[in-house]
Amino acid sequence: MNDRFIELDRIEKVFDVRKKTGFLRRERREVRAVDSISFTVARGEMVGYIGPNGAGKSTTIKMLTGILTPSGGRLRVAGIDPSRERTRLARRIGVVFGQRTTLWWDLPLIDSYRLMHRMYRIPDARYRENLGRCVELLELGALLDVPVRQLSLGQRMRGDIAAALLHDPEVLYLDEPTIGLDVISKAKVREFLKDLNTEQGTTVLLTTHDLQDIEQLCRRVMVIDHGRLMYDGPLTGLHEVGESERTLVVDLERELPPIEAAPARVVRVEGPRQWLAFPASESAAPLVARIASAYPLVDLSVREPDIEAVIAQMYAQQAVSNAVS
Amino acid sequence: MADLDERAVARPAEDPFGEYGVYSRVRDGLRAYRMIAAMWIRSTMAYRASFAMTTFGNFAATSFDFVAILLMFSQVDELGGYALPEIALLYGTSAVAFGLADLLIGSMDRLGHRVRDGTLDTLLVRPVPVLAQVAADKFALRRLGRVTQGLFVLGYALATLDVAWTPVKVLMIPLMVASGGLIFCAVFVGGAAFQFVAQDASEVQNAFTYGGVTLLQYPPSVFAKDLLRGVTFLLPLAFVNWLPGLYVLGRPYPLDLPTWVAFAPPLVAVACCALAGVAWRAGLRTYRSTGS
Repeated sequence: MNDRFIELDRIEKVFDVRKKTGFLRRERREVRAVDSISFTVARGEMVGYIGPNGAGKSTTIKMLTGILTPSGGRLRVAGIDPSRERTRLARRIGVVFGQRTTLWWDLPLIDSYRLMHRMYRIPDARYRENLGRCVELLELGALLDVPVRQLSLGQRMRGDIAAALLHDPEVLYLDEPTIGLDVISKAKVREFLKDLNTEQGTTVLLTTHDLQDIEQLCRRVMVIDHGRLMYDGPLTGLHEVGESERTLVVDLERELPPIEAAPARVVRVEGPRQWLAFPASESAAPLVARIASAYPLVDLSVREPDIEAVIAQMYAQQAVSNAVS
Repeated sequence: MADLDERAVARPAEDPFGEYGVYSRVRDGLRAYRMIAAMWIRSTMAYRASFAMTTFGNFAATSFDFVAILLMFSQVDELGGYALPEIALLYGTSAVAFGLADLLIGSMDRLGHRVRDGTLDTLLVRPVPVLAQVAADKFALRRLGRVTQGLFVLGYALATLDVAWTPVKVLMIPLMVASGGLIFCAVFVGGAAFQFVAQDASEVQNAFTYGGVTLLQYPPSVFAKDLLRGVTFLLPLAFVNWLPGLYVLGRPYPLDLPTWVAFAPPLVAVACCALAGVAWRAGLRTYRSTGS
């Protein structure tokens, strides 16, 4: 029973997009944002839901929370049909939208929490305990009296996560929780989510297009593109399906012939700057050390593989395997 | 099998039958409305001087409508056949009725904005009715300014009117204000429901709300018959103050209508609210099937 806490069976969402093509004439076009997706999530799992922009991630989250009604298929969260019993489900789920806040913009952070306390009818003791824990772990103490609009993006995101957890939700959905955050804020958010999942046993489903989020948080990852589920399995498998590479960008003192440092290979040279690709599974440190000892180094940076590249490689591999068989 | 599973997972002990029925939804909605409004009032009261000034500003700005009428009366003795105290009665009742509706749910014209920028989604994941959250959002106590100026004008009218007051006519005044307020609330909600479909329609809504109240501040005799038919049978604003007001003043109705229509406003108000409620539900359903 616990194996199917979240259950999607051939879920579809079709939008009617109307485009103006003339003065009064409009063209209607059907867009399948989510095209027959099926998966289940067990209680206590932490799942990454990734895909490029417009792939259907947010649409799926909106159906799971009951904001949108599916066009077809069967959907259950904790045994409840979200679109039909949205309000009832709301007490049992927490939602964080990375792009917009659920907090009251013009009011101090603590006012939003007080309102949540009463709106969700959280018992006083639970509220105090949960708020205390969130304030401590998310370092919100100094921010409680600050109006939400004055918070930085990272502070606001932490405030939003706390707001979503005050009522002890059984599942937490996060839609792009690290988008636009600096490195330190990202690390804080990730660490908190990890603890939440292991210590409280909260089921977590997060969408992102930052592969690092997934690498550090989720054992299981689902890849969606054009509304279809392309991959569902462990992260390691994803790297096998689409062998991804990281890129090391090296600035040398002067123009030199391509650097030799296997397993990395130079993919591009532009004056004193060179781009080296190396497998994402390899550590960058020994590679950097070797280059630094052999070449006059000015600056360097590592670029993570982006989800678009991974998906492009998945397509390429599929095409190859189809051709072979 | 699937059904058995669901019942087990749904933890029925937590959800007694009827907890999500219509009656409890209304009660939950009112409770949420009070909570959110109270929070906005508290935050407003943190800056009392600012509150006093904005309230006075609201009072002064809305008073200009009546000042304009006073200026006209400095040149003429009557307007459309009505004397100043009579117009003050029509003005006062509609201003108080509209002021109350504006105070209670005036923020609803921002709904289209919320649909466009997607912040409506954040209201949909909370366990209280969306209508209550939208209506109470940014609850602005400064709008008492409009109510206050309406009360002043109404007080002036009642003090100077040359009317043979009967108990029925006296009762008519609070009845007009209450029903009129509800009718305007329905227009606000209906307009907001329309914004689910046309997100830029807040100006259309304003034409009916703010435009409507400006219309009602003048006697019906200055307007064309077709307009009067429109605001009687289509958008029943005439029931806010004109029809019951003319009964109080002992004047003939602008249209050929039976006397009892003066007592219809409560029924009209209930019907309007029911229609607005249906429109709101339909709008929300549309939003949830199409997204923004």
